[in-house]
Amino acid sequence: MKVTPKKIYLALAAPVSAAVASILISSLALLATKKSPTEAFKTMWEFGATTSSVIETLNNATSYYIAALAIAITFRAGLFNIGVEGQLRLGALFACYFGAMFTLPPVLHILAIFIISMTVGGLWAAIAGILKVKRGVNEVISTIMLNSIAGGLSAYLLSKHFTVKIEGSNNLTTQELPASGQMPNLSFLTKNLDQSATQGRGIYGMFAIAIALGIAFWWIVNRTRFGFELRASGINPIAARVSGVNSKRMIVIAMISSGAIAGLSGLPTVLAETHAYNLGFRAGLGFSAIAVALLGRNSAIGMAFSSLLFSFLEVSSRSLDLIDIAPETYFIMQGAILLSSVIAFEVVSRYRVKVVSEQLAKAVANA
Amino acid sequence: MRNLAKPARLALYAFAIVFSLSTIKLITGASDLTSVGTASSALLLSVPIAMAALGGLFSERSGVVNIGLEGMMIMGAWGGGFIGAKHGPWAGLLAGIVMGALGAALHAIATVGFGVDHVVSGVAINIIAAGLARYLSTILYKNGTWVGPSQSPDIQSIGVNGLPILSGGTYFGWKSPDLFGSIAEKNWFLISDTFSILRGLTGEVSYVTVIAISLVPLSYWFLWHTAFGLRLRSAGEAPTAAESLGVNVYLMKYAGVIVSGGFAGFGGAFLAIVASNHYQENQTGGRGYIGLAALIFGNWRPGGLMTGAGLFGFADALQLRDATAIHALLMLLAFAMVFFAFLNLKKKKFATSVISLALATFAIWLYITFTELPGQFVTMTPYIVTLLVLGLGTQRLRMPAADGVPYRKGGGK
Amino acid sequence: MSVSVELRHISKRFPGVIANKDVSLKVQSGSVHALVGENGAGKSTVMKILYGMQRPDSGEIFVNGDQKLFKSPHEAIAVGIGMVHQHFMLADNFTVLENIILGDEPKRAAQIDFGVARKKITEMAATYGLEVDPDELVENLGVGQRQRVEILKVLYRGANILIFDEPTAVLVPQEVDDLFNALHGLREKGMSIIFISHKLDEVLRVADEVTVIRAGSTVAEVKSKDVTSKQLAELMVGSELPKPETKGNTKRENIVLELNQVTVPSKGARNLLSNISFKLHAGEVIGIAGVEGNGQSELTETILGLLEYTGQISFDGKSIDTESVSERRDLGIGFIPEDRHRQALMLGSPLWENRILGYQRSKPIFNGFVLDKKATIEDTKLIMQEFDVRAPGPNTLATALSGGNQQKFIVGREMVHAPKLLVASHPTRGVDVGAQGAIWEELRKAREKGMAIVLISADLEELIGMSDRLLVMLRGEVTAELDPANTTPEKLGAAMTGAK
Repeated sequence: MKVTPKKIYLALAAPVSAAVASILISSLALLATKKSPTEAFKTMWEFGATTSSVIETLNNATSYYIAALAIAITFRAGLFNIGVEGQLRLGALFACYFGAMFTLPPVLHILAIFIISMTVGGLWAAIAGILKVKRGVNEVISTIMLNSIAGGLSAYLLSKHFTVKIEGSNNLTTQELPASGQMPNLSFLTKNLDQSATQGRGIYGMFAIAIALGIAFWWIVNRTRFGFELRASGINPIAARVSGVNSKRMIVIAMISSGAIAGLSGLPTVLAETHAYNLGFRAGLGFSAIAVALLGRNSAIGMAFSSLLFSFLEVSSRSLDLIDIAPETYFIMQGAILLSSVIAFEVVSRYRVKVVSEQLAKAVANA
Repeated sequence: MRNLAKPARLALYAFAIVFSLSTIKLITGASDLTSVGTASSALLLSVPIAMAALGGLFSERSGVVNIGLEGMMIMGAWGGGFIGAKHGPWAGLLAGIVMGALGAALHAIATVGFGVDHVVSGVAINIIAAGLARYLSTILYKNGTWVGPSQSPDIQSIGVNGLPILSGGTYFGWKSPDLFGSIAEKNWFLISDTFSILRGLTGEVSYVTVIAISLVPLSYWFLWHTAFGLRLRSAGEAPTAAESLGVNVYLMKYAGVIVSGGFAGFGGAFLAIVASNHYQENQTGGRGYIGLAALIFGNWRPGGLMTGAGLFGFADALQLRDATAIHALLMLLAFAMVFFAFLNLKKKKFATSVISLALATFAIWLYITFTELPGQFVTMTPYIVTLLVLGLGTQRLRMPAADGVPYRKGGGK
Repeated sequence: MSVSVELRHISKRFPGVIANKDVSLKVQSGSVHALVGENGAGKSTVMKILYGMQRPDSGEIFVNGDQKLFKSPHEAIAVGIGMVHQHFMLADNFTVLENIILGDEPKRAAQIDFGVARKKITEMAATYGLEVDPDELVENLGVGQRQRVEILKVLYRGANILIFDEPTAVLVPQEVDDLFNALHGLREKGMSIIFISHKLDEVLRVADEVTVIRAGSTVAEVKSKDVTSKQLAELMVGSELPKPETKGNTKRENIVLELNQVTVPSKGARNLLSNISFKLHAGEVIGIAGVEGNGQSELTETILGLLEYTGQISFDGKSIDTESVSERRDLGIGFIPEDRHRQALMLGSPLWENRILGYQRSKPIFNGFVLDKKATIEDTKLIMQEFDVRAPGPNTLATALSGGNQQKFIVGREMVHAPKLLVASHPTRGVDVGAQGAIWEELRKAREKGMAIVLISADLEELIGMSDRLLVMLRGEVTAELDPANTTPEKLGAAMTGAK
């Protein structure tokens, strides 16, 4: 397949037009509140380009990316796991609670924590999968319901059973993970940087895990038989069945794997910074990750870019407070990017089919 | 049972439900199960869910899946709070409808205009709506209009009234007797319970509630007895057939989606203005999705979805009012599960009946272990009820045939 | 007699395809005019243009002498044109009444006047002999009744120019007779009927005049009494039509497939399949005839394992009742499904990915560990060459291929694995004549090499020509076994409807 200029245009058309549209929309929103868009973007860029911001962007993106991978597994199979929020929350909670109960050599301890969070996340997602397969329950609704139930369940467990008392603090928290259960940063990447620039921050160890997961995702989805059957189930479930795919089994496996990866996505900050699950556990990651997956077209590389983009926007928009603009402007940007990219992708994809058909006609006519 | 006519069957179901509730109230002492207050709250809280469900009905009947109902409800609640605080409750309700419709227009353009996958677009709308509401609220808080970054100022309330003679309505200054209420107070088993429920459903009801509930039969009439309704439904059942007969399918889909946004927005504004008296972030609490569940439970028909909304509204009301009532509800759940298991045993569906019995046992265990359910469990009630209802509903569901299928003109062979 | 419809030099392009190059047509009022051409010649497109569902790129349309350009079916309906589609355009979940009045509802105050509509429909049905229950849900109707609803739809709107698109594709010979009688009756009432078909014998029976289209252009306008079907065929294709036929007895000793009392229960009164039993030898083709919806699809699905059943099915002497779909396919069962878009292709994916479908567990695609993309692409090229699939290359998206090329690809995909048993369901449906001949040739060669074939088809000539044995299915049961050598389409059709 030759790489022609036209192909490059087509590949870039959607992201570029989405970017342009979202910049326009965000600017309009800012202008409507009598703020200067150019000043806003400039401030964001300056803040976001500083070393410590870059590090924070990378760390933030780690969680986004892993959660987006989890969602993408189901999207590819034609399913919608909107329950990542609940799965990662329960995964992190149980991992912190049980992970603090024992000590193992460092690598094994982290591995054990991974396994606990993946198991819990996978089981929680399995509920929705089994409901769909056995009772035909729409997984969008069931996973959303399970999100709310997970929220209540984790609040209950944290307050009544999993918490330890910390003197002089109103925060409810699980027992702090012992040192062997804490994940070190990738200090070799930042050790040559100026301390004042990094502000003591380091790139999370899980960043490397995220990259590994991305490669594994790409390879499994595109190169293995399972990946083919997963994709076929999403593209044409009837033809997939005829080709021998056990669709019920596929649904359950996809949901469980998705939940397992989702369980992992709650861990980066916990393992590197807080070392425990407490009331301050970040909410909303699961929903932002949906935007990341959609923008990234459910592909390993696409989602890498989109997680970095959203993370950058989120981190840099905090600086808007300094020039008296609501940091919540980030939500407008996120929404604008999401909507325009979703539309742009569809338009370009249809155009592409049209172009291919016309090329074929020419080829057949010339033959 | 199957041989009875529909009204008789419905009356039998209603009787069975009231009977079970009265019995459980007798056993557990949870008076709130059949109290006037609970029935009243149940009616109130069923409205937003019913409005969301009606929204889902119009959209899906025209062939567009609308997961974005939650987002449109958020927009409606926000609009209701914003305009309602400034210009009064009725303006607020109108604003809610408009905001919801605007959100729906976005969904329609994406799905009908550009062919984006319906679920993807809906999920995107939800994310966008939540973010937009948060952003706008912050702006208003920052410039001093709003007192908090997630809450609107208070809104005037709309009047309430009841039926003349039966439930103490006030008409032209005259406060009528309250027949239902007085029987309710007598505490006679079953009879008082029935009348207290009736009193709750007909007394001190907001005018908006009456309007909202009447929208259900109105929607039925519109969709099944008018030409526009027939064409709208055809867009969801057989769009190419409709197109071949000259029906403007695009228009029907746009109409279905935008109307659905209007309904969802109305439901959201209702939450802010009638069920509460200000907009609060996260006020919708997933009711957009619960509305969808009610729609599915109701097999995409107005009567069914109203029943579903009533059921979920009841769960919502109990959860808000009284934890002991939820505790008692566990017993109801156990009863229902046993009955369900028995039904399935007769149909020889052993797996389902075993699961039902297991759930019944679990419910009883919960009942015994917890003398009082923890607060977090209580707030989970509507969501668990939704899951149970969806999971156990065994009726043959009949979704509109072209629901969720992207439509392009000229696609017929 | 006057000219009711005239089309002059119509042309129409779609992305990648020239559907109509230069089509002209002249229809007299009070006549039946046939429009013939092979699949893909452009007949449906030009009729959609006449009906307002598409707009021509160039050319003129005249209705009763006035030039018209329709922007929508509404406008065509308004001048009296009605179309009875090949694939019925009916809403299953609506009643007959709702389907008929859709888009043209009688009103009283703000709501639909169902009473007036019901009266008009019942009267019309009686006048034209098209009886049907207005309040019945369409999904409960049989094929012949559905066609009646389609016809009533156009008559309800006052059509006097009726377009019938391949109306006999789903009918058995007796139903075809009924339809032709109805058409002649309509003609007597002064209506103009345009009858699209590629079944030349039928065309000569029912039509007064014939226009022949080939590769998007009109090549002949003749009176039916002046031509034979052979001449029409040559005009249509430019050469002789291929014939479906097999030669000689290639039946081997070993039994490849055996069904014993296979039954599929149903929630309703009647089983989907009841007590199906037969043996199929290697090198033998068994044809299954039956009106659509009498269990043929279910039969193929039980053999493949897509549907639960009671009874026994054995393959090559061993029972496969507990084998899954993938296991059965890996044993050597190939499948050409009846609906290639729904069941056999991923339209938005390239051909090489479609090559994998069904064979993701086999060589050369699966090397025991992962999918071998390179080998798959090479293999796809081979299939395209060997089976004459016309497309630029293995990276072409499946949707860009014509129906015939898609089907050739699917046939090739199954054949290269040399299955012991091939289940072929309507293998040449909607496929141009060239591809049809090619597919018949492949089936012939495979049969000679010892493949056992289960052939399902609605094309009675194909069934009779290609089969060694014929089974007739009605209401889920095998009701007759016929010898193709002694069967005519009329006899077969009679057996299919249960007449004696």
